[in-house]
Amino acid sequence: MQRRNIVRTASGALLIAATAGGVLYGCASAPADRADGQRAEAMLKSSFKAHGQATLDRLDQDETQRLCSEYAGRALPQPVAERIEKANLATIRFPADGKLVGDWKSGEKIAQSGRGFQYSDDPTKPAGANCYACHQLSPQELSYGTIGPSLYQFGKRRGFTDETRRYAWQKIYNAQAFNACSNMPRFGHRHILTDAQIRDVVALLVDPASPVNR
Amino acid sequence: MPGMIRRIVAASAVVCVFAGVVADVFAQSTADEIAKYRDALQDGNPAELWEARGEEMWKTPRGPKHVAFASCDLGQGAGVVKGAYAQLPRYFADAGRVMDLETRLVWCMVNQQGYTHADATKTVFGNGSAKRSDLEALAAYVTSRSQGVKMNVPLDEPHVHDMYALGEKMFYYRGGTHDFACATCHGDDGKRIRLQDLPNLTKVEGAQKAYTTWPAYRVSQGELRTFQWRLNDCFRQQRFPELVFGSDASIALTAYLAGRANGAEYRGPAIKR
Repeated sequence: MQRRNIVRTASGALLIAATAGGVLYGCASAPADRADGQRAEAMLKSSFKAHGQATLDRLDQDETQRLCSEYAGRALPQPVAERIEKANLATIRFPADGKLVGDWKSGEKIAQSGRGFQYSDDPTKPAGANCYACHQLSPQELSYGTIGPSLYQFGKRRGFTDETRRYAWQKIYNAQAFNACSNMPRFGHRHILTDAQIRDVVALLVDPASPVNR
Repeated sequence: MPGMIRRIVAASAVVCVFAGVVADVFAQSTADEIAKYRDALQDGNPAELWEARGEEMWKTPRGPKHVAFASCDLGQGAGVVKGAYAQLPRYFADAGRVMDLETRLVWCMVNQQGYTHADATKTVFGNGSAKRSDLEALAAYVTSRSQGVKMNVPLDEPHVHDMYALGEKMFYYRGGTHDFACATCHGDDGKRIRLQDLPNLTKVEGAQKAYTTWPAYRVSQGELRTFQWRLNDCFRQQRFPELVFGSDASIALTAYLAGRANGAEYRGPAIKR
């Protein structure tokens, strides 16, 4: 319950941060298109029912979701992309103790699990990140998806540096800080993963001992 | 009937063999092998059991008013089943609404056979032999009678056109905890989730291939699944709330995808993993 409240608060903060972008660039499309969008949104709200943890407020879009929906299927204008990335970069928090790298073995388990936030999932159990649904990581896992790029040898290719570790943390926390309208969930910003879980997934990517880098 | 049973047994055998050769499958081209597996399954599709049950229901007087579906107009005239699915969704003046097949079946059950809406929609999705859905069986029967017919959703009709446009908007609507839209998984060529190939539904060929193979018997679930189910379960995975059966959003998305499939031969009910 508490987690959902945090999500809402965090989304609200982003909404405020990105409002200027919405006012400036939201009018870029034709008025008829906008009206269709609003009707589609009204239709959505009358077409779903709350089910367990998946309550109707999940249909409410923050500014990033709204802009990414509006421009989907066509080129995102550069100023809109920059606004989205700036607003999302501002959401990123580093852990208080500064420790970015955890246990890659635990990270592998989190990467394998697709559980969490579906109405069919038990909300008392920790969520997974489901990385393998979209990315190749450890070469031992052959069942990986291709929606995102391969992350095999992520650390080895980028170098085992502080910069790589900070980038990995930020990318998992909020991928749209670097790539507006990325398909990747904003795991930290939307409180899908805890700081401890992000730390473990970072380890899977950057630990020289992780199968990803061997 | 024995022929059908024999084919189903054969299909089960294929599943077992498939499990046994998983290691080899990975050594070869996985996608090719999965395609072969799907082809092998087409020889014996248990969807025929749902079709047979649906046909019997279609022809038998039912409900408090003891009326058969002979009076149910799916768009081609009262009781006409042949080719009807290939021209759905469409606008029904008697209901004042664009309807897909499943919504129309419920409408006939309520308005002609005398069921309450609650009773007609009590079990929209079945659960194998544990819980059977009349709607799935009826959908299997009606769709099977459009096999080989080219999809021809009446997109020129203004109500249908309007729903198609709204469905397109909804296809790209990002929301929920994970920011997912339909387009997140179905907006690009040659992508997959884990090993499952994803159709690119923004392209005509992708929509045609996908839409014309629902309903489908799902081997992994032992159940025949309809297009309403397909949409419902996609939204569950999108982390959205639950899609209401027969809701405007479900019909708009169906109109969008069925309309994009226009021109392709309907091939369902199919069989999928």
